[in-house]
Amino acid sequence: MSERVMVRAGLFKDGEQPALLGSRCTVCGAHHFPRHDTCPYCSTEDPVPTELSGSGTLWAWTAVTSAPPGYQGEIPYGLGVVELPEGIRVITRLTEGDPAALAFGQAMRLRIVPLHADADGNDVVTFAFAPLDAS
Amino acid sequence: MHPFGRFEGVSTTDMGVQAVRAALREAGVGKGGFQAAFCGTAYGGVATGHKVLSRLGMTGMPIVDVEAGCASGGAALMLAAGAIKAGQYDTVLVFGTEKMPKGIIRSSFFEPWQEEAGLAATPSFFALRAQRVTMTSGVTKDHLAQVVVKNRRHGAANPDAMYQKEISAEEVLASRVICEPLHLFMLCSPNEGAAAVVLTRADRDTASTSSGASMPSVPPITLAGAVLRSHLPGSVLSESTPLSGLTDDTVPAPTTLAARAAFEEAGLGPDDLDVVECQDTDAARELISYEEIGLCDPGGSAELLVSGATMLGGRLPVNPSGGLLSKGEPLGASALGQVVELVRQLRGECGPRQVEGARVALSHTVGRGANAGVVILTR
Repeated sequence: MSERVMVRAGLFKDGEQPALLGSRCTVCGAHHFPRHDTCPYCSTEDPVPTELSGSGTLWAWTAVTSAPPGYQGEIPYGLGVVELPEGIRVITRLTEGDPAALAFGQAMRLRIVPLHADADGNDVVTFAFAPLDAS
Repeated sequence: MHPFGRFEGVSTTDMGVQAVRAALREAGVGKGGFQAAFCGTAYGGVATGHKVLSRLGMTGMPIVDVEAGCASGGAALMLAAGAIKAGQYDTVLVFGTEKMPKGIIRSSFFEPWQEEAGLAATPSFFALRAQRVTMTSGVTKDHLAQVVVKNRRHGAANPDAMYQKEISAEEVLASRVICEPLHLFMLCSPNEGAAAVVLTRADRDTASTSSGASMPSVPPITLAGAVLRSHLPGSVLSESTPLSGLTDDTVPAPTTLAARAAFEEAGLGPDDLDVVECQDTDAARELISYEEIGLCDPGGSAELLVSGATMLGGRLPVNPSGGLLSKGEPLGASALGQVVELVRQLRGECGPRQVEGARVALSHTVGRGANAGVVILTR
């Protein structure tokens, strides 16, 4: 029986209300993704874990047209940068693989999407952002 | 210098030997004539520098391999210059040699899950930077094609380049899209090659040097600044390739940090430059380099390109060698390839691609790490 397996544990929360798992520095207030054990901006240790907003706006985007090393999923696929209200920009897959269908500043929502099946037949899933009007 | 290209059956060591032999001969330095060697390489493996110098029978001194991604050669030069300034050595050999894997490079920089998730596609990060510069600087696809046309025109006169054939803007724009907005011919080819230079104290009395040195066969060029910088955190599209950054566009790029420090070390500024070799891994990267080095104001790169200033014959030719777009990019050798080109430019040896009267030159490389190297040379 196939199960959903995260491409890496600790990056995101799966389910009805998915979220990216980040952290927030208690001294400088910066948010991080993925979770850090030391703030990369002020080097304060033990930032507090936090769930990041699942909504953001598109800041940059392109499409990958040939499979990069180690990648077994479908091509082409979208890749871009989404700005979150916490004041951070995240590198992410995009569910839209046609750059002409996307626009700067457009509203995006987090989704957990299948990448490929692993050797045991499980669905490997990862985080991606989709145009809000498509989700 | 060993030309940049693809050379079946020629090893990383073979290329290094050729480049080192040529540099030592030109500098009039023989066995025992240098007290340390730094070798830039990223894919060469263990003891790349030792293998080259063993073949030449020149070992015993410290030999240190230096990996700083695309800026490996710049890093090696900085270490050599620092050691000479500190009085540790009089003369140091600096070289780089590389055979890059073919295709999209698998970088050990990325975690396996990043590859699995499709987040390790190097050209796509170039594309995202390219798209941003279209938004911030009014750069269009035509401008990107124009960078390729310029550099390939320059490269047609460089016998050490991989591509020695001019290309038209139409051909560039007709090549397939790799990652929007970048087409195939807007990206440089990872390849193979080697380059070497000999660095010595400015006050060295060549006549009285005891062992292994004779008068150099060519006039020396002064290394006025050699700086390596890494990134500051916060820029999501920095060459450090983080997974996130801040919504803050004021974080200085590693190139900017390195250029400022190199200008300060040299006591010079962007207005003093006569010729530049800069990182043009892709066409947009050259334009970003203009802004980050300070060749123009932020947002002014397209205007500088269109003005013709950066063409041979212009006010400040950029990449007269043809750049990486013509030469290809062997990581460990590319920065020193630029330095060799600039030394030849300052000596007036470049024939049809000569920048007339060049006296001050700047070399710039930037890549994974992030690592940014800026070297300033004067005559």
